[in-house]
Amino acid sequence: MIADLLAWLTNPEHWRGAGGVPAQTLLHLYYCVVSVGTAMLIAVPLGLYIGHTGRGATAVVAVSNAMRALPTLGLVTMLVLIFGLGDTPALAGLVILAIPAILAGTCAGVDSVPSDIVDAARGMGMTSIQRLWRVELPNALPLLIGGVRSAMLQVVATATVAAYVNLGGLGRILLDGLAVGHYEQMAAAALFIALLAVAVDLVLAGISRLVVPRGLALAAEANRDGS
Amino acid sequence: MLEFRSVRKQYENGTVAVQELSMSAETGTITVLVGPSGCGKTTLMRMVNRMIEPSSGAVLVDGTDVREFDAARLRRGIGYVIQQAGLFPHRTVLDNVATVPLLSGCRRREARTRAAELLDRVGLPADLGRRYPAQLSGGQQQRVGVARALAADPPVLLMDEPFSAVDPVVRAGLQDELLRLQEELGKTVLFVTHDIDEAIKLGEKVAVLRQGGHLAQYAEPDALLAEPADDFVTSFVGRDRGYRRLSFRDSRRLRPEATDTVHIGDTSADVPSRAGWVLVLDAHRRPRGWLPPEAAVDGQLTEDQLVAGGSLHVEGTSLRGALDSALSAPSGLGVVVDGDGGYVGVVTARQVLDLIEEHRSSVTAEGVAP
Repeated sequence: MIADLLAWLTNPEHWRGAGGVPAQTLLHLYYCVVSVGTAMLIAVPLGLYIGHTGRGATAVVAVSNAMRALPTLGLVTMLVLIFGLGDTPALAGLVILAIPAILAGTCAGVDSVPSDIVDAARGMGMTSIQRLWRVELPNALPLLIGGVRSAMLQVVATATVAAYVNLGGLGRILLDGLAVGHYEQMAAAALFIALLAVAVDLVLAGISRLVVPRGLALAAEANRDGS
Repeated sequence: MLEFRSVRKQYENGTVAVQELSMSAETGTITVLVGPSGCGKTTLMRMVNRMIEPSSGAVLVDGTDVREFDAARLRRGIGYVIQQAGLFPHRTVLDNVATVPLLSGCRRREARTRAAELLDRVGLPADLGRRYPAQLSGGQQQRVGVARALAADPPVLLMDEPFSAVDPVVRAGLQDELLRLQEELGKTVLFVTHDIDEAIKLGEKVAVLRQGGHLAQYAEPDALLAEPADDFVTSFVGRDRGYRRLSFRDSRRLRPEATDTVHIGDTSADVPSRAGWVLVLDAHRRPRGWLPPEAAVDGQLTEDQLVAGGSLHVEGTSLRGALDSALSAPSGLGVVVDGDGGYVGVVTARQVLDLIEEHRSSVTAEGVAP
């Protein structure tokens, strides 16, 4: 098995052209970035609004829990049946998958801002919008980015189903292997999906370090030392 | 002037936080709102910057109803200090202090220069400005909170239990600092606390509030201790109010007397033959401690042969300190020092009590005279 896997991996045929590993990895990554990006455009503003106003929190929790329960494969199949084959239905499925984690992270982030800080901001004369941008959003960033990271991991893993509806990506390699009974090819695809997930998460961790304000990192450190 | 005109606050669930309350706070003074939790003191204070709107009645700042201002603009013109300081953890100390000037459209550089001045004013080193709140102690955070409230130079300052989260020693330091700042700045301060000692120390006038938002008494601290309006105020100001009142009695008529003194480094020959305690001074005539009666001195007198002294009474300050210095000294002699800490003389508890008696009889005589 291991020897077969090595043979597959070292075959130059598998590293070339549109069906090769590099191209499929890039395509996989493209699906992930586009769908998580779109999910952020929807979930972050919504989460900020809910966290800031405290309005609609229960409804959103209910809806996003229901969304989490949706089987992505079934959803994608349904979207394809409705809208036909193509990138859009598959990506829409991934977007729906990514929304709950980002929404929850954003809401929790705004919610976690200590009330005395918000009270001070209000008492010093910040308007509602100023409070959101200058105080709540920066302080919500650690949890918000945490939500994006967990959404990204789910999407990297689940983007494999895109192949089921005739799309590319690492799932293509996996499903093609399944179709012809080449288990070493399936194992190689699974390995690349796992490596991609780890690599993407490391990149997001790096971004998190860059955008989370230094004062918050210090505060988190102080809390850890204190407890 | 801050004025509350029959303000009342009733919440939707029927709880009354403030009950038809009228009072006014003089410009340029510290007015303290004090009372147990649930007495509506914080609610009352938060009406001034419209963090809470009264159900009826009005709050006036210099004669203008606060409802006539836009809430955010009104708040930028009123300093606001809260219990846990409420500093923004994601901003540096300097940017925290610069918050209000920046909101009011001040340039970043100007705002930071001003912020640096304020750090200095509240007694913080300039290099602290680059740090983040998480890197400061509780007392330092509270000072930054005060600096931030003062940044836009507001005429009115609201302080909601600002010192209650720090330990007693730091708290006393912050209180002294506030009094010193107030001497320089002369703001109209509304200060909320549940600690009657803090109220008496800081307030030029003190409003005692009772549960349910009733004003039980509004008076100068001395009057509060001398003539509590009712049983609630009596129990709230506490049992040793007679002793605490001495804080408001100055000691100018106290006549310190001389006592035997020696200096650190003196030899046994210099130490007077004695039956009583001898006060030991250092080279700058500052008291260091006491030499017990009959104690043998071999060679030179050193610090470790001394018994620690009691509290020191600075000439001209309150009788409370004078009495305490006598009561806390091992010799029973309270040491009086001048402003620089140099030895002036000693007083006994008897002298202080005589002065109090003398004062009482003169007041009674005045009262009886037609």
